[in-house]
Amino acid sequence: MTYPFEVVISSLPYVLGGAMVTIGIVVGAMALGLFIGIPLALIQVYGNRLIKYVADVYVWFFRGVPVLVLLFLFYFGLFSLIDLNITAFWAAVLVLGLRGGAYQSQIFRGSILSIPDGQLKAAEALGMTNWQGIVYIILPQAIRIALPGWSNEYSIVLKDSAIAFVLGTSEIMSRTHFVASRTYEQLPMYICAGCIYFVLTWIGVFFLRRFENKLKIPGYST
Amino acid sequence: MSIENTEVLLKVEGISKSFGGKRILKDVSLSLNKGDLKVLIGPSGGGKSTLLQCINLLITPDKGKIFLNNRDVSFNKKKDVLALRQQIGMIFQDFNLFDHLTALDNVSIALRKVKKMSKKDAYIRAQMELERVGLGDKLHHYPAELSGGQKQRVSIARALAMDPLLLLLDEPTSALDPELISEVLTVIRELSNSGMTMLMATHQMGFVKSLAQEILFMENGRIIEHDTPENLLNKSKVRTRTQDFCSKLL
Ligand SMILES: Nc1ncnc2c1ncn2[C@@H]1O[C@H](COP(=O)(O)OP(=O)(O)OP(=O)(O)O)[C@@H](O)[C@H]1O
Ligand SMILES: [Mg+2]
Repeated sequence: MTYPFEVVISSLPYVLGGAMVTIGIVVGAMALGLFIGIPLALIQVYGNRLIKYVADVYVWFFRGVPVLVLLFLFYFGLFSLIDLNITAFWAAVLVLGLRGGAYQSQIFRGSILSIPDGQLKAAEALGMTNWQGIVYIILPQAIRIALPGWSNEYSIVLKDSAIAFVLGTSEIMSRTHFVASRTYEQLPMYICAGCIYFVLTWIGVFFLRRFENKLKIPGYST
Repeated sequence: MSIENTEVLLKVEGISKSFGGKRILKDVSLSLNKGDLKVLIGPSGGGKSTLLQCINLLITPDKGKIFLNNRDVSFNKKKDVLALRQQIGMIFQDFNLFDHLTALDNVSIALRKVKKMSKKDAYIRAQMELERVGLGDKLHHYPAELSGGQKQRVSIARALAMDPLLLLLDEPTSALDPELISEVLTVIRELSNSGMTMLMATHQMGFVKSLAQEILFMENGRIIEHDTPENLLNKSKVRTRTQDFCSKLL
């Protein structure tokens, strides 16, 4: 008979390999979410009615449907319908990223709206185009203001990535599940998985917090 | 008349503007000669801010014409609009400094992004302008680290760095504590003395009496009286609306 502890130790390298996959999914999804979220937020604040409506529909959809349903819908439904042959890993990145875009857009929309609109007016009064004002004046401030919310979004996406295991992605959760069901050491294995998520969450939040402090505007309190 | 015309820098003709069916500016005309300092006074809601923002097309007028240096500016040609704004500096009541940039960057950013100057040249120019408004020791301070008067002086430096033909000032001292007003007025006075053309909404009557060529009294979207401060405030035989209004100030 082996001690439960030994199973955890001996499977740790394997499970931690899954952590690399998890990190890959999260980094990919957060990046895609940023790439979609900022333009969506700009459209929601500055866009004309038609394009605003399209953005709203996007956000409604991804905020309104459970992530598990989204994964199945895209991976087993939509992707095969359009003959998109991608791995479970990329499917997870894509789905979490598309959904993250909807949530991130709300974070950035809020931070854009919190900047006094006189600053954009001042930029235009100096001869900047509307676009220059947004890029050089509004966004640098909006991104700073969005960082705490963005870090929160990171912690949510990280934990939601566990659900990618249903597609067979070999990340933390699916590797843990694999070992646990083989060895019947369910409790220690899931404690171990929980600890890894816990540590990854707070490491990420810690570094985002440092980044936030580094970008902090002197004398400016928020 | 033709001799006078060569001196005209800005001419505004019959500007009207409505917001949501409500007429805010009604057929407003005025002109500024080079070096003029004219002031807009009048009750709150009379349309002073709207008029100033129509002049640099931050608000597009519904009707009317704007001539800058005798050139008819078309309101819907983007290039014309941007060119006009570069030539007209604007000072706002609540400064509208860029909160994420130091004083130096606040002043230099438009030089770099609009005038496409190199970073080095832009900094040299920005530093010069900040020194001119007495802020040579605050180059690397962020807006949140400056007093109201200092912020307003940064915003004046920011406008001046663009080499504007004229400045529009919208109540530049009314967000300031009383003891900070004079440092900003001193800067504006020096500018006027050095020949800068200015149109300024203000209720600083001491300043107006000592420096303004003309008072434009604005009420309900119209300029209802305009004359020299002396004629409007002291000499006139009948009591003017301007006198009436000013007697209620302070
Ligand atoms: N964007 C807008 N939409 C609707 N109404 C507006 C808008 N901007 C200004 N107004 C209205 O136009 C009128 C004139 O406003 P304006 O700010 O030009 O007056 P003002 O003379 O500058 O007043 P104050 O002395 O208070 O600054 C006000 O009744 C105001 O409510
Ligand atoms: Mg006003």
